[in-house]
Amino acid sequence: MHMADALISPAVGGAMWAVSGGLIGYGAKKVREEADDRKIPLMGVLGAFIFAAQMINFSIPGTGSSGHLGGGMILSILLGPHAAFLVMASVLTVQALFFADGGLLALGCNIFNMGFFTCFIAYPLIYRKLVCGSLDKKRVLLGAVLAGIVGLQLGAFSVVLETVFSGVSELPFKTFVFLMQPIHLAIGLVEGLVTAGVVSFATAARPEILTAAAERTPLGGSVKKAALGIAGAAILIGTGLSWFASADPDGLEWAMLRTSGQEALESRGKLRGVLASWQEKTAFLPDYSFKKDVSAAEAVLAGKAAAEPGAGGKSAWPAVDSGTSAAGLVGGVMTLLLAALIGIALKKRNAAA
Amino acid sequence: MNKLGKNLVDIGYMDTLSAGRSFLHKLDARAKLLTTVLFMAAVVSLDKYQVSAMIPFSLYPIFLIGAGNLPAGYILRKTAVVAPFAVFVGMFNPLLDRQILFHLGSFGVSGGWVSFLSILIRFSLTVSAALALLCVTGINALCEALVRAGVPKPFAVQLLFLNRYLFVLTGEAERMTRARRLRSCDRGATAPRAFIQIVGHLLLRTMDRAERVYRAMLCRGFDGHVRVVRFSRIGRAELAFILGWAALFAVFRSVNLPVILGQAVAGAWK
Repeated sequence: MHMADALISPAVGGAMWAVSGGLIGYGAKKVREEADDRKIPLMGVLGAFIFAAQMINFSIPGTGSSGHLGGGMILSILLGPHAAFLVMASVLTVQALFFADGGLLALGCNIFNMGFFTCFIAYPLIYRKLVCGSLDKKRVLLGAVLAGIVGLQLGAFSVVLETVFSGVSELPFKTFVFLMQPIHLAIGLVEGLVTAGVVSFATAARPEILTAAAERTPLGGSVKKAALGIAGAAILIGTGLSWFASADPDGLEWAMLRTSGQEALESRGKLRGVLASWQEKTAFLPDYSFKKDVSAAEAVLAGKAAAEPGAGGKSAWPAVDSGTSAAGLVGGVMTLLLAALIGIALKKRNAAA
Repeated sequence: MNKLGKNLVDIGYMDTLSAGRSFLHKLDARAKLLTTVLFMAAVVSLDKYQVSAMIPFSLYPIFLIGAGNLPAGYILRKTAVVAPFAVFVGMFNPLLDRQILFHLGSFGVSGGWVSFLSILIRFSLTVSAALALLCVTGINALCEALVRAGVPKPFAVQLLFLNRYLFVLTGEAERMTRARRLRSCDRGATAPRAFIQIVGHLLLRTMDRAERVYRAMLCRGFDGHVRVVRFSRIGRAELAFILGWAALFAVFRSVNLPVILGQAVAGAWK
């Protein structure tokens, strides 16, 4: 369920960074207020536990596929929601760094999707309400399964929203929802079953672990209010920014504006305008005009610098047509080679030093 | 060696790489972090049909690999391994966006294929840059940078602890799964029941270890505050690094260099 850098727009990525950053700040503040020294190493080592446990796969009977633990629910049960959220965020950060799962820009999205819904919604509003600190196996099972399903459904839905608002993928909202939600219904069920299994196993072996955890995590009404407040803020920020994002013309529209000869620079900020004028002055082929019949895509593929070669007579157009995209292609390959050469040269110098 | 063991070796290897001695390694982690974030923002803000304008950005990860003396093949392999989700979502673009954008000879290329290619290039650029950043910086220096950039300390401390015990617990998990494999004649994935027992035991061991770690910390005078060592600073080299790259990114972002280059070559050839 990791969002990837390649699929999000800076607006969505930035907004989710801000939201997750705020949540981390809130969680850190709460953990500091609890002032439980013992929790510092416990959180660290449990984070490593989740990291390790996620690498162990188990077979899902009857499907031939395999799954692994998410871990947010177990952490919430053992540490309480605030510390669990911090641990989940740290695990996701390390995964993004070491294994490039998701990526740095999408990290905010991932922390929110996989940490927030489990730790701040599913655990306090479902698991705790149903289980009420009881160690009864059936209640733990019911609570963990329901909480697991709800947490993952919300997380998956959030992935869909983030992807659709980003607009990089062409998947329409409906199709994507119908792809994601049923899959995550199954994953949530499995997550809940496994969580309940592990919790019951640990309780049977060492009941004091969970009772100590329950005592350690007082959860007042204010927490719920804060969590709901943050959720509201997230939705507000998210929808607000997405509105801005969609107000920005998308690639094709923008190219069409350009190709129809209209000035589109004003929507793209001052710097861009300055650079474009500088580019006009320094362009290899200064005849900088657009014709209506050049296809929109070429202008985009060729980019802003789609200065057409040739004197711009109508008769020259067929040659220009393939010319710009070919220029992009040839130039692209050459740029890549050039960059690689620079890298090799740097490496040689390093080796010599 | 199973997947767990491989991951363990992998993380250890990245740690080893981060102990290099190139000038990139010596640069303040904040400078590298900020520059990489700028890089990513510039790359993902290009519109979805952009392909050629993205190519110049490859200079940054290539620079990190070259100047940081990192193994290029290793970074590329790691980048390729993690592609599935991006490919999964991206591969619908060619199916859904069938409008022909341009012709290559007689072959019509649809917008979907262009945006799919764009997603893949975006993906390789951002992932390779992030991996290279970690390899020239190391997680400890990154945590220090985070604290100094204002990230709440409990979170940074959590990251440091996680990094420290990751090896210990992943090693433990590896031994447990290896033991199961040896006893089950390697019959594929773990059954759920066995999985719960393995993870349950791992959890119990984890809790014990946390208690031992806590006592050891108390013995060493732990007073509830973890101190993060600070030794680097932002100097001239750091400023030059940030500003130089920021300027380059601004140029790459606003001028399509490959097209200019291609046209120049075409002009010269004619």
